[in-house]
Amino acid sequence: MIRDFNYLRASTVKEALDLLEQHKDDYKIICGGQSLLILMRQGLVAPEYLIDIKNIKGLNTINFDRKNGLRIGATTTHRAVEKSPLIKKHYSVLLDMEENLASIQTRNWGTVGGNLAHGDPAGDPGPVFIALNAAVKMANKERERTLPLEEFFIDYFETALEEGELLLEVQMPIPPPKTATVYEKFNIIKNELGIVSVAASITLDENGLSCKDARVVLGAAAPTPKRAKKAEQMLVGQTLDEKLLDKVSEKASQEADPIADIHATEAYRRSMVKALAGKMVKKAWEQAKTSA
Amino acid sequence: MKKTLLNITVNDETFELYIKPKKLLVEVLRDELGLTGTKRGCNTGACGACTVLLNGVTVKSCSVLAVQAEGAEVTTVEHLADGAKLSALQLSFLDQGAYQCGFCTSGMLMSATALLNEEPKPTREDIKEGIHGNICRCTGYNSIIRAIEAVAEGKYREKR
Ligand SMILES: Cc1cc2nc3c(=O)[nH]c(=O)nc-3n(C[C@H](O)[C@H](O)[C@H](O)COP(=O)(O)OP(=O)(O)OC[C@H]3O[C@@H](n4cnc5c(N)ncnc54)[C@H](O)[C@@H]3O)c2cc1C
Ligand code: FES
Ligand code: FES
Repeated sequence: MIRDFNYLRASTVKEALDLLEQHKDDYKIICGGQSLLILMRQGLVAPEYLIDIKNIKGLNTINFDRKNGLRIGATTTHRAVEKSPLIKKHYSVLLDMEENLASIQTRNWGTVGGNLAHGDPAGDPGPVFIALNAAVKMANKERERTLPLEEFFIDYFETALEEGELLLEVQMPIPPPKTATVYEKFNIIKNELGIVSVAASITLDENGLSCKDARVVLGAAAPTPKRAKKAEQMLVGQTLDEKLLDKVSEKASQEADPIADIHATEAYRRSMVKALAGKMVKKAWEQAKTSA
Repeated sequence: MKKTLLNITVNDETFELYIKPKKLLVEVLRDELGLTGTKRGCNTGACGACTVLLNGVTVKSCSVLAVQAEGAEVTTVEHLADGAKLSALQLSFLDQGAYQCGFCTSGMLMSATALLNEEPKPTREDIKEGIHGNICRCTGYNSIIRAIEAVAEGKYREKR
Protein backbone atom coordinates (compact mmCIF):
# COMPACT_ATOMS: atom_id res chain seq x y z
CA MET A 1 0.00 0.00 0.00
CA ILE A 2 1.27 3.41 -0.91
CA ARG A 3 1.11 5.73 2.07
CA ASP A 4 -0.74 9.06 1.63
CA PHE A 5 1.26 12.14 0.70
CA ASN A 6 0.75 15.72 -0.36
CA TYR A 7 1.21 16.16 -4.06
CA LEU A 8 2.92 19.23 -5.51
CA ARG A 9 3.47 19.83 -9.19
CA ALA A 10 6.30 22.06 -10.45
CA SER A 11 6.13 23.57 -13.90
CA THR A 12 9.49 25.35 -13.96
CA VAL A 13 12.93 24.57 -12.55
CA LYS A 14 12.66 27.59 -10.27
CA GLU A 15 9.32 26.44 -8.92
CA ALA A 16 10.75 22.97 -8.28
CA LEU A 17 13.80 24.35 -6.46
CA ASP A 18 11.57 26.57 -4.30
CA LEU A 19 9.41 23.57 -3.37
CA LEU A 20 12.45 21.42 -2.58
CA GLU A 21 13.84 24.14 -0.34
CA GLN A 22 10.50 24.67 1.36
CA HIS A 23 9.94 20.99 2.16
CA LYS A 24 13.52 19.95 2.92
CA ASP A 25 13.77 16.56 4.67
CA ASP A 26 10.10 15.73 4.00
CA TYR A 27 9.96 15.38 0.24
CA LYS A 28 10.67 12.97 -2.53
CA ILE A 29 10.95 13.94 -6.17
CA ILE A 30 8.90 11.97 -8.68
CA CYS A 31 9.57 12.01 -12.38
CA GLY A 32 8.29 8.92 -14.22
CA GLY A 33 7.86 7.01 -10.97
CA GLN A 34 8.94 3.75 -12.64
CA SER A 35 11.44 3.07 -9.88
CA LEU A 36 10.04 5.23 -7.09
CA LEU A 37 6.52 3.81 -7.06
CA ILE A 38 7.89 0.31 -6.50
CA LEU A 39 9.66 1.52 -3.36
CA MET A 40 6.61 3.49 -2.21
CA ARG A 41 4.37 0.47 -2.71
CA GLN A 42 6.67 -1.59 -0.52
CA GLY A 43 6.54 1.13 2.12
CA LEU A 44 10.31 1.63 1.86
CA VAL A 45 9.78 5.26 0.90
CA ALA A 46 6.94 7.26 2.43
CA PRO A 47 7.43 10.97 1.86
CA GLU A 48 5.21 13.69 3.29
CA TYR A 49 5.43 15.64 0.05
CA LEU A 50 5.80 14.28 -3.43
CA ILE A 51 7.16 16.87 -5.83
CA ASP A 52 6.35 16.11 -9.45
CA ILE A 53 8.92 17.39 -11.97
CA LYS A 54 7.70 15.41 -14.98
CA ASN A 55 6.15 18.43 -16.70
CA ILE A 56 8.82 21.03 -16.06
CA LYS A 57 9.26 23.08 -19.18
CA GLY A 58 12.50 22.68 -21.10
CA LEU A 59 13.94 19.76 -19.14
CA ASN A 60 12.95 17.04 -21.60
CA THR A 61 15.22 18.12 -24.41
CA ILE A 62 18.00 16.49 -26.42
CA ASN A 63 20.55 18.89 -27.84
CA PHE A 64 23.65 18.27 -29.90
CA ASP A 65 26.22 20.59 -31.39
CA ARG A 66 29.77 20.13 -32.65
CA LYS A 67 31.23 22.27 -29.88
CA ASN A 68 29.48 21.09 -26.73
CA GLY A 69 28.45 17.61 -27.71
CA LEU A 70 25.29 16.02 -26.38
CA ARG A 71 23.04 17.30 -23.62
CA ILE A 72 20.08 15.25 -22.43
CA GLY A 73 17.62 16.97 -20.07
CA ALA A 74 16.81 15.05 -16.89
CA THR A 75 13.13 14.47 -17.69
CA THR A 76 13.81 13.09 -21.18
CA THR A 77 12.21 9.67 -21.45
CA HIS A 78 14.17 6.59 -22.44
CA ARG A 79 11.93 6.30 -25.46
CA ALA A 80 12.80 9.81 -26.63
CA VAL A 81 16.50 8.91 -26.48
CA GLU A 82 15.80 5.73 -28.43
CA LYS A 83 13.85 7.59 -31.11
CA SER A 84 16.21 10.56 -31.46
CA PRO A 85 17.83 10.83 -34.92
CA LEU A 86 20.65 12.89 -33.36
CA ILE A 87 21.52 10.12 -30.97
CA LYS A 88 21.29 7.43 -33.63
CA LYS A 89 23.72 9.38 -35.77
CA HIS A 90 26.28 10.49 -33.19
CA TYR A 91 25.94 8.18 -30.16
CA SER A 92 24.53 4.91 -31.51
CA VAL A 93 25.63 3.03 -28.37
CA LEU A 94 22.84 4.85 -26.53
CA LEU A 95 20.30 3.50 -29.00
CA ASP A 96 21.61 -0.06 -28.45
CA MET A 97 21.38 0.50 -24.72
CA GLU A 98 17.83 1.86 -24.77
CA GLU A 99 16.48 -0.90 -26.98
CA ASN A 100 17.51 -3.37 -24.30
CA LEU A 101 16.32 -1.33 -21.32
CA ALA A 102 13.02 -2.48 -19.78
CA SER A 103 9.83 -2.56 -21.86
CA ILE A 104 8.42 0.03 -24.24
CA GLN A 105 5.83 0.98 -21.63
CA THR A 106 8.52 1.68 -19.03
CA ARG A 107 10.69 3.54 -21.55
CA ASN A 108 7.71 5.68 -22.55
CA TRP A 109 7.33 7.05 -19.03
CA GLY A 110 10.66 6.47 -17.23
CA THR A 111 13.35 9.10 -17.61
CA VAL A 112 17.10 9.32 -17.95
CA GLY A 113 17.40 11.62 -14.93
CA GLY A 114 15.24 9.35 -12.80
CA ASN A 115 17.36 6.38 -13.76
CA LEU A 116 20.61 8.10 -12.71
CA ALA A 117 19.15 9.63 -9.54
CA HIS A 118 17.80 6.22 -8.50
CA GLY A 119 21.44 5.09 -8.21
CA ASP A 120 20.91 1.42 -9.00
CA PRO A 121 24.33 -0.05 -9.90
CA ALA A 122 22.51 -2.38 -12.31
CA GLY A 123 21.07 0.54 -14.29
CA ASP A 124 22.22 0.67 -17.90
CA PRO A 125 22.73 4.40 -18.51
CA GLY A 126 25.33 4.80 -15.71
CA PRO A 127 28.15 2.70 -17.19
CA VAL A 128 27.46 3.78 -20.78
CA PHE A 129 27.40 7.48 -19.95
CA ILE A 130 30.61 7.14 -17.91
CA ALA A 131 32.28 5.39 -20.85
CA LEU A 132 31.23 8.44 -22.91
CA ASN A 133 32.88 10.69 -20.32
CA ALA A 134 29.61 12.24 -19.16
CA ALA A 135 29.04 14.94 -16.58
CA VAL A 136 25.84 15.84 -14.74
CA LYS A 137 24.48 19.30 -14.00
CA MET A 138 22.60 19.79 -10.76
CA ALA A 139 21.10 22.82 -9.04
CA ASN A 140 19.65 23.90 -5.75
CA LYS A 141 18.04 27.24 -4.90
CA GLU A 142 21.46 28.89 -4.42
CA ARG A 143 23.69 27.51 -7.13
CA GLU A 144 24.38 25.17 -10.02
CA ARG A 145 27.20 22.65 -10.14
CA THR A 146 28.56 20.11 -12.57
CA LEU A 147 30.16 16.82 -11.61
CA PRO A 148 31.75 14.02 -13.65
CA LEU A 149 29.17 11.24 -13.65
CA GLU A 150 31.64 8.77 -12.14
CA GLU A 151 31.73 10.95 -9.00
CA PHE A 152 27.93 11.20 -8.89
CA PHE A 153 27.42 7.59 -7.81
CA ILE A 154 28.40 7.05 -4.16
CA ASP A 155 26.95 3.74 -3.01
CA TYR A 156 24.01 1.40 -3.65
CA PHE A 157 21.08 3.71 -4.37
CA GLU A 158 23.04 6.68 -3.10
CA THR A 159 24.16 9.62 -5.25
CA ALA A 160 25.84 12.98 -4.78
CA LEU A 161 22.46 14.74 -4.93
CA GLU A 162 21.97 16.74 -1.75
CA GLU A 163 18.73 17.74 -0.04
CA GLY A 164 17.16 20.47 -2.10
CA GLU A 165 19.05 19.54 -5.22
CA LEU A 166 17.62 18.70 -8.63
CA LEU A 167 19.39 16.86 -11.43
CA LEU A 168 19.08 19.01 -14.55
CA GLU A 169 20.98 17.37 -17.39
CA VAL A 170 23.58 14.88 -18.55
CA GLN A 171 26.32 16.21 -20.78
CA MET A 172 28.58 14.22 -23.08
CA PRO A 173 31.51 15.68 -25.02
CA ILE A 174 32.11 14.94 -28.68
CA PRO A 175 34.11 11.72 -28.74
CA PRO A 176 37.70 12.23 -30.02
CA PRO A 177 38.55 10.94 -33.53
CA LYS A 178 39.07 7.18 -33.87
CA THR A 179 36.87 6.42 -30.89
CA ALA A 180 34.18 3.80 -30.44
CA THR A 181 31.99 3.00 -27.45
CA VAL A 182 30.09 -0.25 -27.00
CA TYR A 183 27.97 -1.80 -24.27
CA GLU A 184 26.49 -5.14 -23.42
CA LYS A 185 24.64 -6.50 -20.44
CA PHE A 186 24.34 -10.11 -19.52
CA ASN A 187 20.95 -11.28 -18.35
CA ILE A 188 18.74 -14.36 -18.57
CA ILE A 189 15.56 -12.58 -19.62
CA LYS A 190 15.99 -9.98 -22.36
CA ASN A 191 15.56 -6.35 -21.25
CA GLU A 192 15.72 -7.11 -17.55
CA LEU A 193 18.29 -5.40 -15.39
CA GLY A 194 21.72 -6.86 -16.10
CA ILE A 195 23.31 -9.53 -13.92
CA VAL A 196 26.50 -7.75 -14.93
CA SER A 197 27.30 -5.39 -17.77
CA VAL A 198 30.36 -3.78 -19.34
CA ALA A 199 30.76 -0.60 -21.38
CA ALA A 200 34.03 0.03 -23.19
CA SER A 201 35.30 3.07 -25.00
CA ILE A 202 38.51 2.88 -27.03
CA THR A 203 40.38 5.75 -28.69
CA LEU A 204 43.15 4.80 -31.14
CA ASP A 205 46.04 6.89 -32.48
CA GLU A 206 45.62 8.54 -35.88
CA ASN A 207 46.96 5.42 -37.64
CA GLY A 208 44.42 3.26 -35.88
CA LEU A 209 47.13 1.06 -34.41
CA SER A 210 47.73 1.68 -30.74
CA CYS A 211 45.40 2.69 -27.96
CA LYS A 212 45.47 6.35 -26.92
CA ASP A 213 42.73 6.23 -24.34
CA ALA A 214 40.42 3.62 -22.85
CA ARG A 215 37.48 3.38 -20.54
CA VAL A 216 36.17 0.10 -19.21
CA VAL A 217 33.11 0.56 -17.01
CA LEU A 218 31.44 -2.21 -15.05
CA GLY A 219 27.71 -2.33 -14.27
CA ALA A 220 26.05 -4.38 -11.51
CA ALA A 221 29.53 -5.46 -10.46
CA ALA A 222 30.10 -3.09 -7.52
CA PRO A 223 28.05 -0.74 -5.29
CA THR A 224 28.16 1.81 -8.12
CA PRO A 225 29.00 1.73 -11.82
CA LYS A 226 32.75 1.35 -11.66
CA ARG A 227 35.67 2.12 -13.97
CA ALA A 228 38.20 -0.69 -14.10
CA LYS A 229 41.06 1.82 -14.09
CA LYS A 230 43.93 -0.63 -13.88
CA ALA A 231 42.56 -2.55 -16.83
CA GLU A 232 42.21 0.74 -18.72
CA GLN A 233 45.84 1.65 -18.01
CA MET A 234 47.04 -1.69 -19.33
CA LEU A 235 45.54 -0.80 -22.69
CA VAL A 236 46.98 2.67 -23.16
CA GLY A 237 49.96 2.78 -25.54
CA GLN A 238 49.50 -0.86 -26.54
CA THR A 239 48.49 -2.67 -29.68
CA LEU A 240 45.85 -5.31 -29.31
CA ASP A 241 46.51 -9.01 -29.23
CA GLU A 242 44.81 -11.95 -27.54
CA LYS A 243 47.37 -12.04 -24.74
CA LEU A 244 46.78 -8.42 -23.79
CA LEU A 245 43.02 -8.86 -24.08
CA ASP A 246 43.18 -11.76 -21.69
CA LYS A 247 45.26 -9.84 -19.16
CA VAL A 248 43.00 -6.80 -19.38
CA SER A 249 39.81 -8.76 -18.84
CA GLU A 250 41.36 -10.67 -15.94
CA LYS A 251 42.31 -7.34 -14.36
CA ALA A 252 38.81 -5.93 -14.87
CA SER A 253 37.35 -8.95 -13.17
CA GLN A 254 39.72 -8.43 -10.19
CA GLU A 255 38.67 -4.80 -9.98
CA ALA A 256 34.99 -5.75 -9.76
CA ASP A 257 33.46 -5.82 -6.31
CA PRO A 258 30.26 -7.76 -6.85
CA ILE A 259 27.68 -9.15 -4.47
CA ALA A 260 26.03 -12.57 -4.42
CA ASP A 261 22.26 -12.54 -4.74
CA ILE A 262 19.43 -14.66 -6.16
CA HIS A 263 20.67 -14.00 -9.70
CA ALA A 264 24.31 -14.99 -9.38
CA THR A 265 27.15 -15.77 -7.02
CA GLU A 266 30.08 -13.42 -6.62
CA ALA A 267 32.41 -15.75 -8.53
CA TYR A 268 29.94 -16.10 -11.37
CA ARG A 269 29.66 -12.32 -11.67
CA ARG A 270 33.46 -12.04 -11.79
CA SER A 271 33.66 -14.63 -14.55
CA MET A 272 30.99 -12.84 -16.52
CA VAL A 273 32.77 -9.49 -16.08
CA LYS A 274 35.90 -11.12 -17.46
CA ALA A 275 34.08 -12.54 -20.47
CA LEU A 276 32.21 -9.33 -21.22
CA ALA A 277 35.19 -7.02 -20.66
CA GLY A 278 37.24 -8.95 -23.21
CA LYS A 279 34.39 -8.97 -25.68
CA MET A 280 33.64 -5.27 -25.30
CA VAL A 281 37.27 -4.08 -25.50
CA LYS A 282 37.78 -6.10 -28.65
CA LYS A 283 34.56 -4.86 -30.21
CA ALA A 284 35.24 -1.21 -29.38
CA TRP A 285 38.80 -1.55 -30.71
CA GLU A 286 37.61 -3.00 -34.03
CA GLN A 287 35.00 -0.28 -34.42
CA ALA A 288 37.46 2.48 -33.47
CA LYS A 289 39.74 1.42 -36.35
CA THR A 290 37.10 2.23 -38.93
CA SER A 291 35.59 5.24 -37.16
CA ALA A 292 36.24 8.76 -38.43
CA MET B 1 -4.39 14.21 3.10
CA LYS B 2 -5.91 16.61 0.67
CA LYS B 3 -7.67 15.15 -2.32
CA THR B 4 -6.75 16.69 -5.63
CA LEU B 5 -8.80 17.52 -8.66
CA LEU B 6 -8.02 15.43 -11.70
CA ASN B 7 -9.16 16.45 -15.17
CA ILE B 8 -8.78 13.49 -17.43
CA THR B 9 -10.13 12.39 -20.79
CA VAL B 10 -10.76 8.68 -21.05
CA ASN B 11 -11.93 7.20 -24.33
CA ASP B 12 -13.01 10.65 -25.57
CA GLU B 13 -15.07 11.41 -22.46
CA THR B 14 -13.88 14.07 -20.00
CA PHE B 15 -14.02 13.56 -16.27
CA GLU B 16 -13.46 15.75 -13.23
CA LEU B 17 -12.57 13.61 -10.27
CA TYR B 18 -11.46 14.26 -6.72
CA ILE B 19 -8.91 11.64 -5.84
CA LYS B 20 -6.22 10.93 -3.29
CA PRO B 21 -2.90 11.74 -4.97
CA LYS B 22 -1.62 8.22 -4.27
CA LYS B 23 -4.23 6.66 -6.58
CA LEU B 24 -2.68 4.82 -9.47
CA LEU B 25 -4.05 5.27 -12.96
CA VAL B 26 -5.25 1.65 -12.99
CA GLU B 27 -7.22 2.26 -9.79
CA VAL B 28 -8.93 5.33 -11.19
CA LEU B 29 -9.82 3.52 -14.41
CA ARG B 30 -11.15 0.39 -12.75
CA ASP B 31 -12.45 1.54 -9.39
CA GLU B 32 -13.59 5.11 -10.06
CA LEU B 33 -14.68 4.87 -13.68
CA GLY B 34 -15.68 1.20 -13.73
CA LEU B 35 -13.54 0.48 -16.78
CA THR B 36 -12.55 -3.02 -15.75
CA GLY B 37 -11.28 -4.03 -19.19
CA THR B 38 -7.84 -2.88 -18.02
CA LYS B 39 -6.45 -5.67 -15.86
CA ARG B 40 -4.31 -5.52 -12.77
CA GLY B 41 -1.85 -8.39 -12.72
CA CYS B 42 1.48 -8.05 -10.99
CA ASN B 43 0.95 -4.46 -9.86
CA THR B 44 4.71 -3.91 -10.10
CA GLY B 45 5.31 -2.97 -13.73
CA ALA B 46 6.39 -6.42 -14.82
CA CYS B 47 3.47 -8.08 -16.64
CA GLY B 48 1.85 -5.46 -18.88
CA ALA B 49 -1.76 -6.57 -18.22
CA CYS B 50 -2.59 -2.98 -17.20
CA THR B 51 -1.26 -1.37 -20.42
CA VAL B 52 -3.22 1.66 -21.66
CA LEU B 53 -2.42 4.52 -24.01
CA LEU B 54 -1.54 7.81 -22.36
CA ASN B 55 -1.44 10.61 -24.92
CA GLY B 56 -0.98 7.96 -27.58
CA VAL B 57 1.88 5.96 -26.06
CA THR B 58 1.69 2.83 -23.96
CA VAL B 59 2.25 2.94 -20.23
CA LYS B 60 1.67 0.46 -17.45
CA SER B 61 -1.26 2.01 -15.60
CA CYS B 62 -0.24 0.28 -12.36
CA SER B 63 3.00 2.26 -12.47
CA VAL B 64 1.69 5.76 -13.18
CA LEU B 65 0.08 8.00 -10.58
CA ALA B 66 -3.31 9.13 -11.85
CA VAL B 67 -2.44 12.75 -11.01
CA GLN B 68 0.30 12.52 -13.64
CA ALA B 69 -2.43 12.03 -16.24
CA GLU B 70 -3.79 15.52 -15.50
CA GLY B 71 -5.07 17.00 -18.75
CA ALA B 72 -4.09 13.87 -20.66
CA GLU B 73 -5.99 11.57 -22.97
CA VAL B 74 -6.21 7.96 -21.92
CA THR B 75 -7.34 5.16 -24.20
CA THR B 76 -8.32 1.80 -22.77
CA VAL B 77 -9.33 -1.48 -24.38
CA GLU B 78 -13.00 -0.45 -24.12
CA HIS B 79 -12.34 2.11 -26.84
CA LEU B 80 -11.23 -0.37 -29.49
CA ALA B 81 -14.66 -1.69 -30.43
CA ASP B 82 -17.34 0.54 -31.93
CA GLY B 83 -20.36 -0.68 -30.04
CA ALA B 84 -20.68 -4.34 -30.93
CA LYS B 85 -18.33 -3.91 -33.90
CA LEU B 86 -14.92 -5.23 -32.96
CA SER B 87 -11.69 -3.63 -34.18
CA ALA B 88 -9.45 -5.35 -36.69
CA LEU B 89 -7.06 -6.47 -33.96
CA GLN B 90 -9.86 -7.82 -31.80
CA LEU B 91 -11.28 -9.82 -34.73
CA SER B 92 -7.88 -11.12 -35.62
CA PHE B 93 -7.19 -12.17 -32.01
CA LEU B 94 -10.48 -14.10 -32.13
CA ASP B 95 -9.70 -15.76 -35.45
CA GLN B 96 -6.21 -16.77 -34.38
CA GLY B 97 -7.22 -17.91 -30.91
CA ALA B 98 -4.73 -15.44 -29.55
CA TYR B 99 -5.85 -15.89 -25.95
CA GLN B 100 -6.88 -18.56 -23.55
CA CYS B 101 -7.68 -17.16 -20.11
CA GLY B 102 -7.73 -13.67 -21.62
CA PHE B 103 -6.07 -11.93 -18.71
CA CYS B 104 -3.24 -10.52 -20.82
CA THR B 105 -5.46 -9.71 -23.79
CA SER B 106 -6.41 -6.10 -23.03
CA GLY B 107 -2.79 -5.20 -22.48
CA MET B 108 -1.69 -7.10 -25.59
CA LEU B 109 -4.30 -5.33 -27.67
CA MET B 110 -3.17 -1.92 -26.43
CA SER B 111 0.51 -2.66 -27.11
CA ALA B 112 -0.40 -4.00 -30.55
CA THR B 113 -2.54 -0.93 -31.25
CA ALA B 114 0.36 1.38 -30.37
CA LEU B 115 2.73 -0.69 -32.48
CA LEU B 116 0.53 -0.54 -35.57
CA ASN B 117 -0.12 3.18 -35.09
CA GLU B 118 3.61 3.77 -35.10
CA GLU B 119 4.63 1.14 -37.62
CA PRO B 120 1.78 -0.08 -39.83
CA LYS B 121 4.03 -2.65 -41.56
CA PRO B 122 6.02 -4.21 -38.73
CA THR B 123 8.39 -7.10 -39.24
CA ARG B 124 8.04 -10.20 -37.07
CA GLU B 125 10.90 -8.83 -34.95
CA ASP B 126 9.10 -5.49 -34.57
CA ILE B 127 6.01 -7.35 -33.37
CA LYS B 128 8.00 -9.36 -30.85
CA GLU B 129 9.62 -6.17 -29.62
CA GLY B 130 6.24 -4.40 -29.56
CA ILE B 131 4.68 -6.93 -27.17
CA HIS B 132 7.84 -7.62 -25.23
CA GLY B 133 6.47 -5.79 -22.18
CA ASN B 134 3.36 -7.99 -22.07
CA ILE B 135 3.50 -11.41 -20.50
CA CYS B 136 1.10 -14.18 -21.53
CA ARG B 137 1.06 -17.29 -19.38
CA CYS B 138 -1.18 -19.29 -21.73
CA THR B 139 -0.71 -18.96 -25.46
CA GLY B 140 3.00 -19.27 -26.06
CA TYR B 141 2.79 -16.00 -28.02
CA ASN B 142 2.74 -17.48 -31.53
CA SER B 143 -0.99 -17.02 -31.99
CA ILE B 144 -0.70 -13.44 -30.73
CA ILE B 145 2.08 -12.69 -33.18
CA ARG B 146 0.08 -14.26 -36.03
CA ALA B 147 -2.95 -12.16 -35.09
CA ILE B 148 -0.98 -8.92 -35.24
CA GLU B 149 0.70 -10.02 -38.47
CA ALA B 150 -2.67 -10.71 -40.08
CA VAL B 151 -3.83 -7.17 -39.34
CA ALA B 152 -0.55 -5.69 -40.58
CA GLU B 153 -0.91 -7.68 -43.80
CA GLY B 154 -4.25 -5.97 -44.36
CA LYS B 155 -6.49 -9.01 -43.87
CA TYR B 156 -8.97 -6.95 -41.87
CA ARG B 157 -8.66 -3.73 -43.82
CA GLU B 158 -12.35 -3.17 -44.50
CA LYS B 159 -13.09 -3.75 -40.82
CA ARG B 160 -10.66 -1.23 -39.41
C1 LIG C 1 9.84 -3.62 -15.09
C2 LIG C 1 11.02 -2.68 -15.05
C3 LIG C 1 12.18 -3.01 -15.73
C4 LIG C 1 13.28 -2.16 -15.72
N1 LIG C 1 14.39 -2.51 -16.41
C5 LIG C 1 15.46 -1.67 -16.44
C6 LIG C 1 16.64 -1.99 -17.18
O1 LIG C 1 16.73 -3.01 -17.85
N2 LIG C 1 17.68 -1.12 -17.14
C7 LIG C 1 17.64 0.04 -16.43
O2 LIG C 1 18.60 0.79 -16.43
N3 LIG C 1 16.52 0.38 -15.72
C8 LIG C 1 15.45 -0.45 -15.71
N4 LIG C 1 14.34 -0.11 -14.98
C9 LIG C 1 14.39 1.11 -14.15
C10 LIG C 1 13.70 2.28 -14.74
O3 LIG C 1 13.53 2.26 -16.11
C11 LIG C 1 14.45 3.55 -14.43
O4 LIG C 1 14.99 3.56 -13.19
C12 LIG C 1 13.58 4.71 -14.70
O5 LIG C 1 14.08 5.28 -15.87
C13 LIG C 1 13.54 5.74 -13.62
O6 LIG C 1 13.06 6.95 -14.16
P1 LIG C 1 11.77 7.64 -13.57
O7 LIG C 1 11.64 8.92 -14.27
O8 LIG C 1 10.64 6.71 -13.63
O9 LIG C 1 12.26 7.89 -12.06
P2 LIG C 1 11.43 7.93 -10.73
O10 LIG C 1 10.98 6.57 -10.38
O11 LIG C 1 10.42 9.00 -10.77
O12 LIG C 1 12.59 8.39 -9.73
C14 LIG C 1 13.65 7.54 -9.37
C15 LIG C 1 14.49 8.21 -8.29
O13 LIG C 1 15.15 9.35 -8.78
C16 LIG C 1 14.76 10.55 -8.12
N5 LIG C 1 14.68 11.58 -9.16
C17 LIG C 1 14.01 11.46 -10.36
N6 LIG C 1 14.30 12.51 -11.15
C18 LIG C 1 15.14 13.32 -10.45
C19 LIG C 1 15.78 14.57 -10.75
N7 LIG C 1 15.65 15.18 -11.93
N8 LIG C 1 16.58 15.13 -9.81
C20 LIG C 1 16.75 14.50 -8.60
N9 LIG C 1 16.19 13.32 -8.27
C21 LIG C 1 15.38 12.74 -9.19
C22 LIG C 1 13.47 10.21 -7.42
O14 LIG C 1 13.30 10.98 -6.26
C23 LIG C 1 13.67 8.74 -7.11
O15 LIG C 1 14.44 8.59 -5.96
C24 LIG C 1 13.22 -0.95 -14.99
C25 LIG C 1 12.04 -0.61 -14.31
C26 LIG C 1 10.94 -1.45 -14.34
C27 LIG C 1 9.70 -1.05 -13.62
S1 FES D 1 -0.29 -4.96 -13.45
FE1 FES D 1 0.79 -3.36 -14.34
S2 FES D 1 2.47 -4.32 -15.22
FE2 FES D 1 1.50 -5.96 -14.18
S1 FES E 1 -4.28 -15.71 -22.47
FE1 FES E 1 -3.92 -16.17 -20.40
S2 FES E 1 -2.32 -14.82 -19.95
FE2 FES E 1 -2.49 -14.58 -22.03
